[in-house]
Amino acid sequence: MEEIQKSLLTKSKKAKLEQIGKAISLLCIVFIVAVVAAIFYFVMSKGLATFFKDGVNVFDFLFGTDWAPGTVGDDGKPLVGALPMLVGSFLVTLLSAIVATPFAIGAAVFMTEISPNLGKKVLQPVIELLVGIPSVVYGFIGLTVVVPAVRNVFGGSGFGILAGTFVLFVMILPTVTSMTVDSLNAVPRHYREASLALGATRWQTTYKVVLRAAIPGILTAVVFGMARAFGEALAIQMVIGNAAILPENLTTPASTLTSILTMGIGNTIMGTLENNVLWSLALLLLLMSLFFNIIIRMIGKKGEFK
Amino acid sequence: MKKILQLALVLSGLLFLAGCKIDKGESITVVGSSAMQPLAEAAGNEFSSNNLGKFVNVQGGGSGTGLSQVQSGAVDIGNSDLFAEEKSGIDASELVSFKVAVVGIAPIVNKEIGIKDISMDNLRAIFTGELTNWKELGGKDLPIVIINRASGSGTRATFERWVMNGEKTKKAQEQDSTGMVRQIVSTTPGAISYLAFSYITKEVQELSIDGIQPKDENVTTNQWPIWSYEHMYTKGQPTGLTKEYIDFVLSDEMQNGMIPKLGYIPVTQMEVERDANGEIIQ
Repeated sequence: MEEIQKSLLTKSKKAKLEQIGKAISLLCIVFIVAVVAAIFYFVMSKGLATFFKDGVNVFDFLFGTDWAPGTVGDDGKPLVGALPMLVGSFLVTLLSAIVATPFAIGAAVFMTEISPNLGKKVLQPVIELLVGIPSVVYGFIGLTVVVPAVRNVFGGSGFGILAGTFVLFVMILPTVTSMTVDSLNAVPRHYREASLALGATRWQTTYKVVLRAAIPGILTAVVFGMARAFGEALAIQMVIGNAAILPENLTTPASTLTSILTMGIGNTIMGTLENNVLWSLALLLLLMSLFFNIIIRMIGKKGEFK
Repeated sequence: MKKILQLALVLSGLLFLAGCKIDKGESITVVGSSAMQPLAEAAGNEFSSNNLGKFVNVQGGGSGTGLSQVQSGAVDIGNSDLFAEEKSGIDASELVSFKVAVVGIAPIVNKEIGIKDISMDNLRAIFTGELTNWKELGGKDLPIVIINRASGSGTRATFERWVMNGEKTKKAQEQDSTGMVRQIVSTTPGAISYLAFSYITKEVQELSIDGIQPKDENVTTNQWPIWSYEHMYTKGQPTGLTKEYIDFVLSDEMQNGMIPKLGYIPVTQMEVERDANGEIIQ
């Protein structure tokens, strides 16, 4: 009797194990949250110092077109206009997403609707292979192949938004494609069956039913790709030219937030204005990635299959 | 439960291993100028093999990083192409400078442009944006493509100081690393940039200025004015291993052997001396 009572009242080995497991998982998540909070605090405190400590006007920073930190303009204000970089970043991101999306959707439709067997066995691994290639390799290929090609076809020195777009297009293609595949696969089978039962052809079913139903997922995929393009630094730095001037067209040298940031950070002294404005650029990048995350969440919520 | 115990044992074992150094050797950290990195690394390796158990960790990161890290006490030695006085935000009085070598910097161009000599005034005019085509200088009909080093880089600061004469440079392409600059100049028609002598290869064309060749001999007499010292900075007078390492870099063995072999000019060969304001002493 005692024994039964004891075994009922004390925790079993399995229950203890579960408790330990829970504690470890909780610890891990707390640690990760703390790291994220620390990153935010650090970048914020450094990035905002430009405005609070060095007294730079936020509008001068966001909409100024002269970037030469460390020197002052004719009006005595430091030249820290980040507009050229902002324009560069947004242009390469948008353009590469616009170019990549049709390719990604085409590939995904082929892999899920037209030839699922070939898709799973051959195409999916091939596309996922692209993810594993280090970005410095993309940059080098961009420098030795894409830049001369752009120069020969479109003129200019070849460095610029266009070369950056081509490189980023290949880099975000696997992300967008594989997420589009997932969202097409998630469209319930009975949607297709119902459509076919009504006499629709396979093309009609794909175009009017499957793709429509998967739109939220596809949008999420595109935004994910854009987030990746926006944050890419190394490859884009090698092909965009890194001139902090507003680009006149797609083949003149431009710059992105990331390229200016990575180039400058080693040459500036902590705590000086030159260093702080770079942190402000980093803050902009952080806010942008937050923005992309929020968009993805909003799309995701709207598009849940019920 | 047994598995958990095993796991815990392994983990704590790893932590223990990470906590104690396997080798009880001494080590110092050297950070800064990427132009100096090959020199500092080669010297570090040589030093370690001569003195077992003493290690020199060398990292790049740029002259600015070197100066700020050594000033904050995070590293033992900060490498810089520039005088600490030239960099804003650095308190030069706290730092002790050791000039370990000299490096000359020369303008380089793409091989196709068709000229090999340029006057200092024309060179300046190119970088201010006044001259935009090589045919204005007697070369081929090619637009001039300027490729700068990143702003704040030691090489760029040296080049601008001795070429630009205080005039503003035109905004142009920037690249972060020496190797990338060389690669881009060698493949882009009409490109011009500048490199340390030690990085110049046959892929690119170096320019002589007013008939003077970019050669070590011309740097030692200051006939070729575009050069800078390679400094090692310490916070306060160096002691212990830091001092031993710097003494080693300044020793005859290094100055006459490895330093010229790596493409730098030993300080001992310089016939002139320059101070932080650019004035020639002697």
